Amino acid sequence: MKNLKLPKTDRRDFLKTTGHLLIGFNLFPFISCNSTSEESNVQAPTTIPLRPNNGNEMLDSWIRLDVSGQVTIMTGKQELGQGIRIALIQIAAEELDVDIASCQIIDGDTGQTPNEGYTAGSNSVEGSGRAIREAAAEARYQLLNLASQKWNLSVSELTVENGYIKNKNQESISYWELLDGKFLEGKVTGQAPIKDPKIHRIVGRSLHRPDIEKLVRGGAHFVHDIRLPNILHARVMHPPTYNAKLSKIDPQSILVLPGILELVVDGSFVAVIAEREYQAVIALRKLKEETEWTFPKIATVPENLYRQMKTNANSPEMVKESPGIGSKINASAKKLEAEYHRPYHMHGTAGPSCALAEWKDGQLTVWSPTQGVYPLRNSLSDLLGLDIEKIRCIGMPGSGCYGHNGADDASAEAALIAMRFPDKSVRLQWTREDEHQWEPFGSAMAIKLAAGLDAYGKITAWDTHLWSDTHNTRPNGKGGHYISGRHLEQPFQFEKGRFSEGTYRNATPYYNIPFKRLQINNYDGPLRTSALRGLGAYGNIFALESFIDELAVIAKIDPFDFRLKNLDDKRAIDVLTLLKEKTGWESRNKNGSIGYGIAFAKYKNSASYFAVLAEVNIDSSAETFKLTKLTGVIDSGQVINPDGLINQTEGGMIQSASWTLLEEVMFDENGVQSKDWSSYPIMRFNDTPEVEVHIINRQEEKPLGAGEAAQGPVAAAIANAIFDGTGQRLRQLPLKPEKIDWKKV
Amino acid sequence: MKEQIRLKLNGKSQSVEVDPNEPFLYVLRSDLELNGPRFGCGLQQCGSCMVLVDDIAEPTCIKPVSEFKNKKLETIEGLEKDGKLHPIQKAFIEEQAAQCGYCLNGMLISAVALLRKNPNPSEAEIKEALNPVICRCGTHSRFIKAVKRAANSSETF
Ligand code: FES
Ligand code: FES
Repeated sequence: MKNLKLPKTDRRDFLKTTGHLLIGFNLFPFISCNSTSEESNVQAPTTIPLRPNNGNEMLDSWIRLDVSGQVTIMTGKQELGQGIRIALIQIAAEELDVDIASCQIIDGDTGQTPNEGYTAGSNSVEGSGRAIREAAAEARYQLLNLASQKWNLSVSELTVENGYIKNKNQESISYWELLDGKFLEGKVTGQAPIKDPKIHRIVGRSLHRPDIEKLVRGGAHFVHDIRLPNILHARVMHPPTYNAKLSKIDPQSILVLPGILELVVDGSFVAVIAEREYQAVIALRKLKEETEWTFPKIATVPENLYRQMKTNANSPEMVKESPGIGSKINASAKKLEAEYHRPYHMHGTAGPSCALAEWKDGQLTVWSPTQGVYPLRNSLSDLLGLDIEKIRCIGMPGSGCYGHNGADDASAEAALIAMRFPDKSVRLQWTREDEHQWEPFGSAMAIKLAAGLDAYGKITAWDTHLWSDTHNTRPNGKGGHYISGRHLEQPFQFEKGRFSEGTYRNATPYYNIPFKRLQINNYDGPLRTSALRGLGAYGNIFALESFIDELAVIAKIDPFDFRLKNLDDKRAIDVLTLLKEKTGWESRNKNGSIGYGIAFAKYKNSASYFAVLAEVNIDSSAETFKLTKLTGVIDSGQVINPDGLINQTEGGMIQSASWTLLEEVMFDENGVQSKDWSSYPIMRFNDTPEVEVHIINRQEEKPLGAGEAAQGPVAAAIANAIFDGTGQRLRQLPLKPEKIDWKKV
Repeated sequence: MKEQIRLKLNGKSQSVEVDPNEPFLYVLRSDLELNGPRFGCGLQQCGSCMVLVDDIAEPTCIKPVSEFKNKKLETIEGLEKDGKLHPIQKAFIEEQAAQCGYCLNGMLISAVALLRKNPNPSEAEIKEALNPVICRCGTHSRFIKAVKRAANSSETF
């Protein structure tokens, strides 16, 4: 802000004497993974800045311009992921005509931002981007009105350039000078004109993320890096499996170890607290060796999982009825039926969950990598029996999170422990085994599909039947949703939800099919489950787009042509057409050494369009195959930051390839057996395919959620490529070479 | 139990008074207050905790601190020289090679170790060098591009 004239203000009097313009708005339903705050040095913030009064209006977010030249967006709605923060800042800077460096976002701190509850959605700029755009436009509009009054000129005679309003008399004034001494507050009226995308200068550019500079230097960034005074280190001894009860423990043998301050035993919740982190690690190791548990055996094991899923599920519920669908399929020229399986998958965050908590002067502060500081506060209030006003939750970046992982549980455990150590800050970090065994997994699913085709290859009717456990057990205010809550002497009850939109996300084909039916059986499965990137969409699209490929085969139609024939949304057709062009489909290698497969989906049937081609090298003498390349085309409407969109999409593609080819949570009657990276291998560099992403940028369309668009289609494209290369259809994930009958290839 | 241990870290001689059996990672984070090396698994499976030990990328989550005496030790905090970023740091920024960034330490350290030994690695050699490091966000393709970019920068590593 060097070249802006800033009114002189005494820093001490900043909040009292300086002016500002504050516009309130609602950030639309939106969720993201990496919760973050703007504290760059990762020291614990000690002061709670003045908080805007939202009066009677239900406003959850604010944009503030102040005389120091800063534009601050504050939202209490949700935490915003790193990759999209820059996109949201670009939107605000564009609409306001200010330097991007003057804009910041503050989110994820119940002490700083007003609360408006919790909403889940897609990790995107879809809703929040629009809201921020309108609020920034409103701010600009109000500033223009101020200048027009000052100069007695109409708004249409004024222009704005980089924070300066200019008039035809060559006079100019900065926003900040205009604001000096004034406290203006308002809300989005919808009157403010929105910029024409054609004149955008900031939106649409691949601006760099500022946090990467900090990360490559080894700067403090993650919740793991917080160093507070009076810090103590904790480890929780999680039971060996679900529903286990502590039967024998010897506190004395632990308390004599160096540096051990206390062993917390509350029912089956056990935690050790040490002066030094490694002392807690040693104590936990010894505890695990010595402690005894009793636990019920798990009745379902992987061998009978899908059978059990069918026999033990609740009765089916009709999400979408279509009377007489069975006879319509039967009466079709051709018909097909198939069943697909998706195992339990893990988030498997690279750095195990970590949280800090401090109980001081009757106030609890929790630093957490949660996806929602407000739901965390509500749930902690239930768990601890503490008034909401006494709890402050501060969101901090965690290691990559793709839904509901161990972050909330670790936060609750840190809080439980801190309550026993007033005036100290407690840092709890999970072990690798804790994270692998105790995170809530993405649910296993069975998906049974049936469809008919007419003589021209048009789909006549489509019947979907799916079985799945819940895809959402986030602790929305309930202490029983924390594993620790269930392990206490006075346990909290856990009531598992049933199916939701997330379960049948993308279960209904986006294709133009006259008759579609969808029914679901909710299944209470053996493992803990919750939201994992894309929720049910991953399994549903794997099944649906594999099945489309099977239909194309019996219709004897090229898989691109078959899809295009059954789609009528122009944007869907465009992503497929561009994919075909970019990959040179017509001139592909047909000598049998490479299998090619494609897939398409419009995420949620309402967000981004994504089409992908997978190339799989077939080596029948070595009885193996290898994914070599993925090429994707994405249409997310208006693109705010192209490189950010590509980065996110590439990541989704590689992660999905890993789920699809390698991953399956292993368990037996004694519990989860995938406890580390060797018992739950994920994709490493030697198996990583080349990835290429093309964007269709639609300036005139609204931005669409893109973070989860690739997960499902990549799985189906790989299965389709394996079929193309081997002639064998794998319908059960993960897709491993040993599932192929190589004698027949 | 505690012992005075001298370490040659990031070009400086540092002394810590710790249990010599404690894995180096805890000393790096607790006593030397570094953030680069991170805990990922504690099992030598993920590479989050890597440090350059005599120019070789080595995990620090199991090996005791005493075994790092008399070695040239470098963390990513020490890569920047005279206010100038190391070419691998520049390449990671240029390629925007990160999503959450938790794995960056292991990637940068493994890449520097590779480039010092082999300034012109092939793609297969890059993959092999980075293979010990886990990235859950799927940023692999960008890391490979960033290492190639650094290799092409004609700077010294
Ligand atoms: S933390 Fe050392 S290799 Fe994973
Ligand atoms: S960028 Fe998140 S683990 Fe690699």
